[in-house]
Amino acid sequence: MTHAAAHYTSTGLDNKKLAFWAFIGSECLLFGSLISTYLVYKGRSVSGPTPHEILNIPVTSVSTFDLLMSSLAMVLALAAVSRGDKLWARFWLGTTAFLGLVFLGFQYYEFTSFVREGLTIRTNLFGSTFFTLTGTHGAHVAVGVLLLLTLLVRSFQGKLGPEKAINVEVTGLYWHFVDVVWIVIFTVVYLLQ
Amino acid sequence: MSPEHRSEHAHPGTGTYLAVAAVLLIITIVEVGVFYVPAFKPVLAPVLLTLSAVKFGLVVMFYMHLRFDHALFRLIFTLPLLLALGVSIALMFLFGAFGLGH
Repeated sequence: MTHAAAHYTSTGLDNKKLAFWAFIGSECLLFGSLISTYLVYKGRSVSGPTPHEILNIPVTSVSTFDLLMSSLAMVLALAAVSRGDKLWARFWLGTTAFLGLVFLGFQYYEFTSFVREGLTIRTNLFGSTFFTLTGTHGAHVAVGVLLLLTLLVRSFQGKLGPEKAINVEVTGLYWHFVDVVWIVIFTVVYLLQ
Repeated sequence: MSPEHRSEHAHPGTGTYLAVAAVLLIITIVEVGVFYVPAFKPVLAPVLLTLSAVKFGLVVMFYMHLRFDHALFRLIFTLPLLLALGVSIALMFLFGAFGLGH
């Protein structure tokens, strides 16, 4: 793949991509600390609701599937932009953003149902760590959706040709990172209760 | 060699992306299945963590193209990831999450 508009560092690597990988590295530490905090306080709540009582595995499995498929749509969007296929680029970018919004919808449903069942961020240690971790992840998904919609608008403006594929690639890196963080959260928080 | 050639490598094709998606889907189904089967309870944690690590690796290697990209990208991602993992394990030991601390 060639990126005519790309700028290169003294390493010969694209500076935008290099900076984005460094950002993702820092995000590893952010989510590492949030997941650690959840695990350290796991099972130490003095009152309910507990994860076993409240987590809805079937619903979260569907939202996990949704996010995994959004990653597939994202790589297909990058491939379409790289080969200059505007129609499919728009389709896959739109699909990725839509699947991201669906994930956020699932999270909204989960959060509101938990609050109705008596679990808020102030209820117990589980509530505090759970909402902080999954809420931070959800905020990242929301930012990702905004980035995707921006790319979609740029595409409709005719400003997202193959020479701008690097912008789609770094957005894809962010999106896939959000996906891999959820892979860990789904296992650690939902399945290992 | 131009800078472009040093930093860019061919990305996998659509077939590979679809195959990876299929594997991710199958692993997710297996994860949820294992969660509901009582016989797996004693080995639930190692099995689920292994499956999760495989999914993580597949997305990072094929969708984030780390398998095909420059080694410096791998380094920039892997070092903080290992640091985060080390800090996480250390904190869990420190706070007795493994049943060994205070």
